Amino acid sequence: MRFNVIKKRYAMAVDTRRCVGCSACSLACKAENDLPIEGFRSWVETETKGTFPNLAMEIRSERCEQCSNAACVSNCPTGASHYSKGGVVLVDRDLCTGCKACVAACPFSARYIHPDGYADKCTFCLHRVERGQQVACAENCPTKSLTFGDANDPESDIARLLRERQWKQLDTAAGTKPNLYYLV
Amino acid sequence: MPFTRRQFIRIGAAAGGVAAASGLTTNWWNLQAHEIPDPKTDGDHVVPTFCELCFWKCGVLAHVKNGRVTKIVGNPAHPLSRGRICPRGTGAAALLYDPDRLKQPLLRRSKRGQQVFEAVSWSAALDETAKQMDAIRTKYGPEAFALFTHGWGGSWFTRLMQAYGSPNIAAPSYAQCRGPRDVAFTMTFGQGLGSPESIDIENARCITLLGSHLGENMHNTQVQEFAEAIGKGAQLVVVDPRFSTAASKAKYWLPIKPGTDIALLLAWMNVIIDEKRYDAEYVTKYATGFDELTKHVASKTPEWAYPITGIPAEKIRETARFIAGFRPASLIHPGRHATWYGDDTQRMRAVGILAALLGSWGRRGGYILPSAMELPKYPGKAAHTAAVAADRKQPSLYPLADETLASGVCDATIPGQSSYQLHGWLVYGTNLMQSLPDPRNTEKAIQALDFIAAIDVLPAEITGWSDVVLPESTYLERYDDAWSPAYKQPFIAVRQPAVQPMYDSKPGWWIARQLAERLGVDDYFDWTDPRQVIDWRLKAAHQDPGKVFLNGVVEGQRVPVCEEDGLQLSFDTPSKKIELHSATLAAAGFPPIPDYTPHEEPPAGMFRLLFGRAPTHTFGRTTNNRFLGSVYGENEVWINSIAAKSLAGFEDRPLKNGEYIVLENQDGIRSAKVKAKVTERIRGDAVYLVHGWGHTSNGLKFAKGRGASDSTLVTRYATDPIMGGTGMSVNFVRVVRVEA
Ligand code: SF4
Repeated sequence: MRFNVIKKRYAMAVDTRRCVGCSACSLACKAENDLPIEGFRSWVETETKGTFPNLAMEIRSERCEQCSNAACVSNCPTGASHYSKGGVVLVDRDLCTGCKACVAACPFSARYIHPDGYADKCTFCLHRVERGQQVACAENCPTKSLTFGDANDPESDIARLLRERQWKQLDTAAGTKPNLYYLV
Repeated sequence: MPFTRRQFIRIGAAAGGVAAASGLTTNWWNLQAHEIPDPKTDGDHVVPTFCELCFWKCGVLAHVKNGRVTKIVGNPAHPLSRGRICPRGTGAAALLYDPDRLKQPLLRRSKRGQQVFEAVSWSAALDETAKQMDAIRTKYGPEAFALFTHGWGGSWFTRLMQAYGSPNIAAPSYAQCRGPRDVAFTMTFGQGLGSPESIDIENARCITLLGSHLGENMHNTQVQEFAEAIGKGAQLVVVDPRFSTAASKAKYWLPIKPGTDIALLLAWMNVIIDEKRYDAEYVTKYATGFDELTKHVASKTPEWAYPITGIPAEKIRETARFIAGFRPASLIHPGRHATWYGDDTQRMRAVGILAALLGSWGRRGGYILPSAMELPKYPGKAAHTAAVAADRKQPSLYPLADETLASGVCDATIPGQSSYQLHGWLVYGTNLMQSLPDPRNTEKAIQALDFIAAIDVLPAEITGWSDVVLPESTYLERYDDAWSPAYKQPFIAVRQPAVQPMYDSKPGWWIARQLAERLGVDDYFDWTDPRQVIDWRLKAAHQDPGKVFLNGVVEGQRVPVCEEDGLQLSFDTPSKKIELHSATLAAAGFPPIPDYTPHEEPPAGMFRLLFGRAPTHTFGRTTNNRFLGSVYGENEVWINSIAAKSLAGFEDRPLKNGEYIVLENQDGIRSAKVKAKVTERIRGDAVYLVHGWGHTSNGLKFAKGRGASDSTLVTRYATDPIMGGTGMSVNFVRVVRVEA
């Protein structure tokens, strides 16, 4: 048995090679989290480069980057945006006034304002993770492109993937230390 | 589609700018004070069943809470979903709770097509339907009544037709979709490919796609295996006029000129034979006609194919070598929707022949030979018709068709089009205005009918043309028959209701049974509850029905599916071998080895209209689904960015990405307004639409007026002389500006 001295750091690896951009992640999330029809906590980005017929395209399933140095948290005037278990950034709906400071601060456009008036975004399905279940998008992904886990546990699938595969991160210039990794 | 979301954020960001300045610092100290939000969408119970958002039929678990379905997830025990479902499958609850569902039986109260109805009781609607069916039976004979059907629930109505006595039972999924493929493979190997297709994508080391847009077409298990293969390092060769999702992952993308695939396939064979890269041992042992094939393709060099296909000779050589380098685990994917140009059986024959040269039929990573678990038929009276279907003008036409042609059944309704005329239609789960070519012809047929009734969940266009509309329950509210397909992991799956039928909808089995009773043929339905049928079949298969319904599925023994597993290959062809040269085709007057014949090309200023799928939709079946529509809520027409710069009528101002335009085809038919997607990702001589949009039915309150219908523009088609398939990629369109 290992001593649990290192804090958990929940992270996700998104395999851009396997992903076909079908949006099953976005929709499984929407159903699991009972989101409003216009609300998305995850979405698909496709980036095409080149001109016909010399083209390249990358497909990414995106969501909140669960930054360790999150601009949304530091810019939240009420303390609603906060770090929860495993470093996951959550919004406390009771404290959120819907002021949109976090929406403006987030370099990844990960947040939207829920019709009920609070800022909403990916929670890494902490309610499921706490019960020992997978995050909903990763559990459903037909292409198994999404791997969630504790990046600080060297034996986790995600830690292994980050050791074995090449990856990149989005917009690291903002200095927010994102916890999403895009396998390339 | 993040479009809505992004827009939303942009507005939000502007408004939040001031508040942002007043930010506080982090508050780790607050860690335990906050509650972790729980949306509580887990059901108080979970019902295993199988999906019908498309026809793949994945096993799902319906979460039900306080009598409402909260979410649908994959059933981990089911071999076709393995706990994961496609985006469409997640939208089943939104179908169940679609506010636009057909809620009560309807009787037409105005001219056909005007969509004016009166809600009536089930007994009134069923009495009227039975009265009309009876009148047609008396006046013209039962064969004058036809059933169009698509979907698993159609089996109850097929049974009704057997009881009633008509052979005219047709699914557009044959002559408008996969028919040519299955005929071609039967000609070549002695069997078709079925659904799920008997291919081993997962173990392929090289996958070649010809026009098949896997990943946009979301047949779940195929996509799962596709990703698995990519994960294991499989290589892709993608032949497509469009830079598809699959093309973006490919080692080679060959943007072929539409309509020339046979030339490419012949040139590949030429290289593979000429350079002796084929599996000589396999071909000698299992195939016949190799010498004829060698002779046939001797002149079909890459240099010959270059001006036809637009693919440089060196690329053709290189890809032929590449593909052959991975044999036998080099899968030439057979696709599914095969009705493109009217020579589709021959194109699919070329695919089969190439697969044979690679030795990939009956081999791991190629075409495999799965078995189904035994599931005896429920005993009952046999079908009793002596008539042959009316689906062709003369019985001698399309000699190798092995199913009824839906397009032919439609034609036979117009006087003088067949050996006998059809006078009544029952339409189950297929929107014929979008699934058959040339909707003008379908309209004409409908106007000639004595009677038409539709059974459906949503008010698709075809219901607007019907005399009686019977609202069916969704798959989440009903039993259907059990299913045991041939698959590498054999299984039997069951469908059962997760919730009670909503509104005044009824399950298909009940509707069919009620009609049988009224028509005096209920001796064909000697049961009152579908569980009697299903349980009987499960018990006859030595299964415990209680257990199967508890899990939704039961798996059987895996059996060898390829030579590597120890399977002995055999071929149910006349020669008992793989027929590279087909004597059957020759005898029927068709080329025994596929030939390339040029197709008409779009005139200057026009584009070939191609169509396909988006991952979130099953053509028109899901376009009204608001949940799925939140990601993809209208189709767009893809136009090459260079071609977009020189459109006639756009001289003063070039076409803008996102501008709404209309398409006008060679017969002057115009589409509804549709958004232009100006892109590098398609050739300059073709445009592309996702199929199934542009609805006109008033009842489809969400889908109506969104995007354009490719079907409207398919006013002509090329008929496959071998099996009667309708090749629909033969229409040309011009782009017309409508925005000031
Ligand atoms: S592929 Fe998708 S829509 Fe089709 S049966 Fe499976 S989950 Fe349902």
